[in-house]
Amino acid sequence: MVAQRLVEALRTRDTGTWRVTVFAEEPRRPYDRVALTSYFSARDASQLALGDPALWEDPLVTLHLDRAVVAIDRESRTVRDRLGHVTPYDALVLATGSSAAVPPIEGADLGGVFVYRTIDDVAALRGWVTAQEAEAPTVRGKKRPVRGAVIGGGLLGLEAAGALRAMDAQATVIQFGTHLMDAQLDLGGGQALERLIRARGIDVRTSTATAAFRPRRGTRDVGRLDFAGGGRLDADVVVLATGVRPRDELAREAGLEIGPRGGAVVDLTCRTADPAIYAVGEVACIQGSCIGLVAPGYAMAEVVADQLLGGQGVFPGADTATKLKLTGVDVASFGDAHGRTPDAVEVVWADPVAGVYKKLVLADDARTLLGGVFVGDAEPYASLRPLLGGELPGDPSAFLLPAAADGAAKPEIALPDDATVCSCNNVTAGTIRAAVTEKGCTDLAGVKACTRAGTSCGSCLPLVKRLTTTELAKAGVAVSTALCEHFDLSRAQLFDAVRVVELRTFSAIIDRFGRVPDGADGPGRGCDICRPVIASILASLGSGHVLAGEQAALQDTNDHALANLQKDGTYSVVPRMPGGEVSPDGLIVIGQIARDFGLYTKVTGGQRIDLFGARIDQLPEIWGRLVEAGFESGHAYGKALRTVKSCVGSTWCRYGVQDSVGMAVNLELRYRGLRSPHKLKLGVSGCARECAEARAKDVGIIATDKGWNVYVGGNGGFTPRHAQLLAEDLDDAALVRTVDRFLMYYVRTADRLQRTAAWIEEVDGGLDGVRAVVMDDSLGIAADLDAAMAAHVAGYQDEWKAVLDDPEKLARFASFVNAPSTPDPDLAYVLERGQRRPARPGEREAVLVAGAVLPVLPVRTETAR
Amino acid sequence: MSAWTPVCRLADLAVERGAAALLATSGEPEQIALFRMTDDEVLAVQQLDPYSGANVMARGIVGTRGGELTVAGPVYKQVFSLRTGRCLDAAGYTPRYGLPGDLTTYPARVVDGVVMVGSTGETSGGMRG
Ligand code: SRM
Ligand SMILES: Cc1cc2nc3c(=O)[nH]c(=O)nc-3n(C[C@H](O)[C@H](O)[C@H](O)COP(=O)(O)OP(=O)(O)OC[C@H]3O[C@@H](n4cnc5c(N)ncnc54)[C@H](O)[C@@H]3O)c2cc1C
Ligand code: SF4
Ligand code: FES
Repeated sequence: MVAQRLVEALRTRDTGTWRVTVFAEEPRRPYDRVALTSYFSARDASQLALGDPALWEDPLVTLHLDRAVVAIDRESRTVRDRLGHVTPYDALVLATGSSAAVPPIEGADLGGVFVYRTIDDVAALRGWVTAQEAEAPTVRGKKRPVRGAVIGGGLLGLEAAGALRAMDAQATVIQFGTHLMDAQLDLGGGQALERLIRARGIDVRTSTATAAFRPRRGTRDVGRLDFAGGGRLDADVVVLATGVRPRDELAREAGLEIGPRGGAVVDLTCRTADPAIYAVGEVACIQGSCIGLVAPGYAMAEVVADQLLGGQGVFPGADTATKLKLTGVDVASFGDAHGRTPDAVEVVWADPVAGVYKKLVLADDARTLLGGVFVGDAEPYASLRPLLGGELPGDPSAFLLPAAADGAAKPEIALPDDATVCSCNNVTAGTIRAAVTEKGCTDLAGVKACTRAGTSCGSCLPLVKRLTTTELAKAGVAVSTALCEHFDLSRAQLFDAVRVVELRTFSAIIDRFGRVPDGADGPGRGCDICRPVIASILASLGSGHVLAGEQAALQDTNDHALANLQKDGTYSVVPRMPGGEVSPDGLIVIGQIARDFGLYTKVTGGQRIDLFGARIDQLPEIWGRLVEAGFESGHAYGKALRTVKSCVGSTWCRYGVQDSVGMAVNLELRYRGLRSPHKLKLGVSGCARECAEARAKDVGIIATDKGWNVYVGGNGGFTPRHAQLLAEDLDDAALVRTVDRFLMYYVRTADRLQRTAAWIEEVDGGLDGVRAVVMDDSLGIAADLDAAMAAHVAGYQDEWKAVLDDPEKLARFASFVNAPSTPDPDLAYVLERGQRRPARPGEREAVLVAGAVLPVLPVRTETAR
Repeated sequence: MSAWTPVCRLADLAVERGAAALLATSGEPEQIALFRMTDDEVLAVQQLDPYSGANVMARGIVGTRGGELTVAGPVYKQVFSLRTGRCLDAAGYTPRYGLPGDLTTYPARVVDGVVMVGSTGETSGGMRG
């Protein structure tokens, strides 16, 4: 990791003095080890890529994969790699990291005992658990779960235990010390954490030493743990997470000084005693110790880059703040968490019922912040950490009390410009502010891209977001979550408000929740932002036809015409074709209609057919014929379900393992008409070849031998995203339930025009949070979501059929109120490749002369007046 | 300003949703957009959307901005005052074919349930160039 950062820093600043060769022992490009656990769910090494891959294409950078260096010759300034190649150097940087420590416990070499450091480790662990699962005996009709044990109750051990649970294995954490995470937490914090960990279904044994791993009878695979104080534990898989050892073997053999607990000794410029050799990252013993965190490593990389370019940079000292990355368990600590500074004052807030423990460590002035511990609610962490060493603004306890308990707002923390906000990337508050004020970034994504803040561990994101928002607000850029000048609420808040008070008309909603804009004497009548939002909310809450009563006046022009407006004022018509399946007869009807009305016809990117150039007054007759032939509205005009794309699947395809068309049709019929914050697209593929491109959809479903994998948050468009794995191997019923909940949760809580990918990034807990809500009902709202979807399914009606049945709604499709069947006289077309298209300005005269307007049928139906 | 032309019945207009109409005074009929407000006042502007060149203003969303009654262009979302026709927010676009960016307004009133529209006295015309 640190090597990658070093090369990146060097290549950003250097104009060509240095040519860099990177020798990597692992057979892959440097990756994000910190995010290693996500490999379990993503199973995609490319998602762990670090930085811009273009770095490795740079002509001045050479990367040798799978080429460990085996020796350094300091005399001749060369290194020898495992293939025997000798490469000369002017400067050599050791960034060899650490290896996982294997404790000297008998049986640590048995099958099923793993360490947790590399992608290969994780892949092997996963493979083992899957194999054990397959072999596990069935006890009373139920498969016995795989039994896992993790040795070590620190950050890494807890992450590994979480990973075992995520694979449906049992997990017991064996901790030698008195409490979990004893390096970072005091006893109180550790005990609070233990309760939270147990609540996640992970068992914990503290003050326990493991004496031996015993094989299962007749095998060399682990089967049992024996503890030093007696007692034993059955286990099919063991993860060792007892610490790391610096990979200092090269330095050792080259005769460089080694630290008391390993590591190549360096000074504050990261240089060893040999002026041509540096060491950075976990292998460097700096200020007397090796540091097993990435942020100090990155700081060292910057120092060395600077030194190589003739700068004077020195290591600023280590920020050892840490945050546990385990879903649903909020733990963080920074600074002097144990209160070891003489005369330190501790302020503690504990709520054992809620599982919350928070502590601030202050200097004897009771103001200067020395450190903190947060368990169960790490919300204050991001904003307090940068204040380390500075004075707290206001009463310390105010930062610990839950907001509701005292009713008062938390004191505003104004960070000094030089406070480090993102320690992974060493970004200060000042840099973030400048990104907005000077570089013109207008949102969080822009600030992240511009400063790199928040792009590694992500723990600083809440603070980066707040700084960005504050700065934008100061600059007068509207970033409040207020919908528009008529509503202070965000879409999600408005959704809840409308749902709870059961208001069903725009007038009542704006009277109740609207605000009075500047310069007005009342809340007004809304605008083109809030009206469609309320229309969508009302539709999601099942409030009848979108053109019923006052609702009609809220709809965007597309929803009002139930068709898509084109550039010349005509519309396009898209009938629904669930799953992309269409009968020859259906195709013939569509063809006839297109021919009769002279509509330009095209197959869409969404597996259906679009007919362009229909005048508003023609829509009822066109739809009359489509509905008669059994077609329904395709909602191509709505922020609603669009299509469920399918591949042909097991019905015909020789590789298909499930009926992907059947499932796509089923889902499209289920969610048709569902109004949402933005459009929704689904895809279903019949096997892992993924011909339906399901992972480019908001919900992508891919068949497996055992059922279906569900991916969420994909889209094309301006910022393409691949959907990420939400759940695996679901049967049909579980799949539908999962998608139901996911969609409803999104519909209720997303912002206006926010697609699922962006929503997942913003919603509480990110993808893991969504998973907790959807799969484990962590908010206790699953029944509510299920009921809402059931109501949607039961209440569905075809919008076009309902219009055709209602003369009042049909009247809306007149071309002119005083000449209902006179077409817009300004429309003009030319033929191109055998079909018509709108005439361009210069073509209009020619059109009229050449008379190339296609014949169209008489336009009005009886019912349409 | 000359004669008032009866165009349609008030009851033919939906509240806060525009309707297009042909205004035949002399020569080519003009395309206008009529808007019936919540208090049954009727406002009229040109149907041509200067920013797209299409005859669609009646299909925009009605609302208010700072208390002023507005309609939003349905194609590229400009906001226009319904009373003055002034473009309050061009949304970063410029009008097509050198058209003026503001809308022509027409006087309108309701007499005995019939919507009457007066001519503006100028023939800016609803046709695109
Ligand atoms: C017709 C079609 C192009 C075609 O000829 O194939 C199309 C046409 C339009 N797309 Fe699209 N999109 C069409 C498939 C797609 C696809 C491909 C797909 O669905 O597999 C994508 C990328 C996938 C995705 O959505 O993530 C796509 C990404 C967009 C976007 C960008 C969305 C985003 O999240 O960034 C927009 C803009 C928007 O919705 O805000 C858009 C918007 C539009 C609009 C609605 C623009 C507009 O407001 O006028 C176009 C008018 C449709 C019409 O008049 O009928 N269209 N559009 C496709 C209709 C599919 C269908 O059957 O419903
Ligand atoms: C599961 C997990 C979670 C973590 N979570 C966090 C976290 O939340 N926050 C945090 O700050 N840190 C975390 N860490 C620690 C963080 O990953 C390390 O601090 C960081 O990777 C150190 O970077 P490095 O470049 O020094 O070493 P590494 O990333 O280990 O890179 C060293 C590389 O050098 C290679 N190598 C070794 N010897 C040779 C040789 N002779 N020739 C060629 N190549 C060689 C190794 O194969 C390795 O690829 C976590 C670690 C793990 C395993
Ligand atoms: S995804 Fe698989 S089942 Fe579907 S068409 Fe492609 S190969 Fe066949
Ligand atoms: S602190 Fe880790 S990404 Fe910012």
